[in-house]
Amino acid sequence: MMRHLLSISDLTKSDALSILNTAETLARASDGPMKKLPTLRGRTIVNLFAEDSTRTRISFEAAAKRLSADVINFSAKGSSLSKGESLKDTAQTLQAMGADAVIIRHNASGAAHTLAKGQWMSGSVINAGDGTHEHPSQALLDAFTIRKHCARGNEDLSGLRIAIVGDILHSRVARSNVALLTMLGAQVVLVAPPTLLPIGVASWPAEVSYDFDSVIGEVDAVIMLRIQIERMTEMYLPNAREYSRFFGLDKDRLSTMRTNAIVMHPGPMNRGLEISAESADSARSVIVEQVKNGVSVRMAILYLLLAGTQELEI
Amino acid sequence: MSVALPAPDISRAITRIAHEILERNLGSETVTLLGIPTRGAHLALRIADAIELIAGKPVECGTLDITMHRDDLRLRAPRALAPTRIPPSGIENRNVVLIDDVLFSGRTIRAALDALGEVGRPRTVQLAVLVDRGHRQLPIKADYVGKNLPTSPQQIIKVHLSETDGVDEVLLEEASK
Repeated sequence: MMRHLLSISDLTKSDALSILNTAETLARASDGPMKKLPTLRGRTIVNLFAEDSTRTRISFEAAAKRLSADVINFSAKGSSLSKGESLKDTAQTLQAMGADAVIIRHNASGAAHTLAKGQWMSGSVINAGDGTHEHPSQALLDAFTIRKHCARGNEDLSGLRIAIVGDILHSRVARSNVALLTMLGAQVVLVAPPTLLPIGVASWPAEVSYDFDSVIGEVDAVIMLRIQIERMTEMYLPNAREYSRFFGLDKDRLSTMRTNAIVMHPGPMNRGLEISAESADSARSVIVEQVKNGVSVRMAILYLLLAGTQELEI
Repeated sequence: MSVALPAPDISRAITRIAHEILERNLGSETVTLLGIPTRGAHLALRIADAIELIAGKPVECGTLDITMHRDDLRLRAPRALAPTRIPPSGIENRNVVLIDDVLFSGRTIRAALDALGEVGRPRTVQLAVLVDRGHRQLPIKADYVGKNLPTSPQQIIKVHLSETDGVDEVLLEEASK
């Protein structure tokens, strides 16, 4: 196992499977009598969130606390980051306080990488979303959820077809998911209007479609991405209603899905825009379960990154 | 390398331990067997079968993974976790018998006692092992022992069970030079 988790490309397939398997064991343990484990007692984990987040931050916090680590929350608002302190100075401060791991969310792509490779601190760095680059723990929890519901008797996701729908251009969730899901053997279809696809998408290991209706009936899972309303002014879309009509998951599209196919969303949702309330609350929706799985997956990540020595392979 | 315990001795030891557990706990009604993965879990199932054969009714049996409670986690690479399965009636006020393959430093059992404390409060905790090789580092003693094997700390004991290794045997290896 590696020391940092910066992007999915840091993981081999067996690393990824070992995270998923560990998470599965931990999920069963937290349903049972052993909710709190002493494994990371005496370790300090810093949540460094320079960008807003609810789910990811509290999910990492819950995971760290269930492993008995001490958690320090550090958000941009109300800290010296908002006064313009550099990442380097922040990192050195955290090092001086004895942080064993830093979980970083930042609006600059590559921030986690800069922190890890800067030699400013000795602890592990976990990327909790950097700009439009990657969000590896989200992809791992998505893979965990898909495996639990859809896997055809395999340990990986081979034979499955998964659609990722929406703002691919700005989505770190999409980037991490394409890398991870294809590594685990799934086929990925990206569905978006041409304006919301990045340049060079043809070189990604995924198919691209502009027609949601032709894709929805043949996938095992659909991951709906949030339309970032603040970007609507930048002329990516004619208007929200048109987007919703062509790329939203409404009741009619929901009814054309395969029998056991599931609906996912990394949150926060814009109900009525990319996903209708009926779809979000339907029996196919595993959106709330994703949050629960997130805690188990992040416990597995913290355990595998922090519990042992770094010299030996698992 | 020598065979310290061949297959027939292993199965005799299991039967004897089953008898001793029944004798000491006046039957199997209050007993919960908890095997420590991997091989302790298999031994627990075998002891459970033996008890059922003798007493004529099944005994509660589960597994207890102690990886997250070890005190040597930071000294080695992270280990894969194994499932913990506590029987539905729980361990509250039960006579819990922990089962492991080899008793050596005693640290695994210390971790198991910690893990057990998270689950509940048994009436008693007893310990059954297939092999006791000595060299304890903690004040821990087994209640049921398949075989006492005097060893030097450098020697290596390998327990093979048919469930995991295809064959039943306990091997004693000299330390690798």
